[in-house]
Amino acid sequence: MRIRPSEITPEPVYHARREFLAGIAGLGAAALLARPAPAEELVNVALVQRLQYKRNPRYTTTGKANSFSDVTGYNNFYEFGTGKEDPSRNAGSLRPRPWSVLVDGECEDKGRYALEDLLKPHALEERIYRLRCVEAWSMVIPWIGFPLGDLVKRFRPTSRAKFIEFTTLLDPKQMPGQRYAVLDWPYVEGLRMDEAMHPLAILAVGLYGQVLPNQNGAPLRLVVPWKYGFKSIKSIVRIRFTERMPATTWALSAPQEYGFYANVNPEVDHPRWSQARERRIGSDSLLSRRPTLKFNGYGDEVAGLYAGMDLARNF
Amino acid sequence: MPKLDPRHATRWIAKPLVFLLCLMPVGWLLAGLADLTGIAQWPSASLGANPVERIQDTLGIWGLRLLLVTLAVTPLRDLGGWPRLIAFRRMLGLFAFFYISMHFLWYLLADQGLDWRLWVEDIAKRPFITVGFTALVMLAPLALTSTKRAMRRMGRRWQRLHRLIYPAAILGCTHFYWQVKADVREPLVYILVLAALLGWRLYRSRQRAGGGRAEKDARQDQDPARARLPVEPLTE
Repeated sequence: MRIRPSEITPEPVYHARREFLAGIAGLGAAALLARPAPAEELVNVALVQRLQYKRNPRYTTTGKANSFSDVTGYNNFYEFGTGKEDPSRNAGSLRPRPWSVLVDGECEDKGRYALEDLLKPHALEERIYRLRCVEAWSMVIPWIGFPLGDLVKRFRPTSRAKFIEFTTLLDPKQMPGQRYAVLDWPYVEGLRMDEAMHPLAILAVGLYGQVLPNQNGAPLRLVVPWKYGFKSIKSIVRIRFTERMPATTWALSAPQEYGFYANVNPEVDHPRWSQARERRIGSDSLLSRRPTLKFNGYGDEVAGLYAGMDLARNF
Repeated sequence: MPKLDPRHATRWIAKPLVFLLCLMPVGWLLAGLADLTGIAQWPSASLGANPVERIQDTLGIWGLRLLLVTLAVTPLRDLGGWPRLIAFRRMLGLFAFFYISMHFLWYLLADQGLDWRLWVEDIAKRPFITVGFTALVMLAPLALTSTKRAMRRMGRRWQRLHRLIYPAAILGCTHFYWQVKADVREPLVYILVLAALLGWRLYRSRQRAGGGRAEKDARQDQDPARARLPVEPLTE
């Protein structure tokens, strides 16, 4: 029910694979020019490892899950470039093992935790969630992970812990997109404590039964399905408990366009585009958008968190 | 072997070539659509996970590129001393208009669906779309009056009308800049190119207004091709 160290690709093996693949690429340059896509898939396949998990039947969707190639080939991860296909192209430079996470702020058990120790007590489960990007497209993704709340409890947050701040790795060598100040690096996201403890909020270590591909936020990422995708921070290196609301990256970049809460809400438009409808990636009907659901369809479970709040103001 | 008249070379070789070049983005998109729908296997032309967005962006970016290329014709002709370049300007401008119109139609049909109330609401409510739409509206009369006949009939008014390409290009770049989320590097390149192209025109008109006027007029009188028409010739 956990990733044993033996299941994790050792770094030398990983690099040897990369070199081997680079060799193949050199030999087959002509073929690759004609068909670049399969070569990229080859690199991704070399990085993935099967995980042990149980499907959680409580969390599934009526919609069909997106294909592995959609999920891993089309997403935003500005640390690897701002194009939607840049992450799958450029994330090979990320080294997700060994990995550690610094836990600090308003909690009893501060410290730097190795990824293995962090994951050890948690049983992995598969949850099929809808993902709604703030750019008005959406996917359905089978994540492998565990409830964020279970991890949070282990650090024994103090009564002053009102928020959690998450930080992505800062290393322009591994994350070439960070060489440009497109955003204020490192990427920071946050949740209110009750949001973090909500059973829908998970930390993911895999998708489609396999270890998270680099471009999807390896080795550890947040998934908060009722919020826009940018809240679900990737490649987390720090978890900090705070008394004050964290200053989050997109809200700093364009405060009139992106708020701290970022709950999916068809009634509150982005200043530059409508949020009323969304395009489901890989959908059969190319030319139509489906209506966006409030809280991305998870309202029954999470609307109570925001009782009495003006969601147009706290967008 | 008979020597090829440069006018014929332009008309029968260079122009068809440029025409085909301008059609290449449409070709890629059609190949991508063929691959997507399974009509043909063409993975290298794949439109990716979000084909609607890819088509939308490709049509828009080529519209803007060709608009800037159209605006580059006169500066390149004068700076490079290539008088024949002007022969390509109308075709380039019409292709720019073609891509921008397709970009708009694709947005209406594929992005907004067939609900016209959504169109009106979206165009009116979203500044970056309003700006892009305004640019298209400015370019439409230019495309309609691009014939030699319209040019002759309109005389000096033709030139005045066709100056609409300047605000249209500014709006086009603004539309692109406003559309991106945070990474403005690419739109900035377009803005810089446009600034250079318009800056050159400003510099030239200042020069003309000053001492350069007489010299320029003298040169124009010597050019028989220019003397024939009241305005800058569009084609050979």
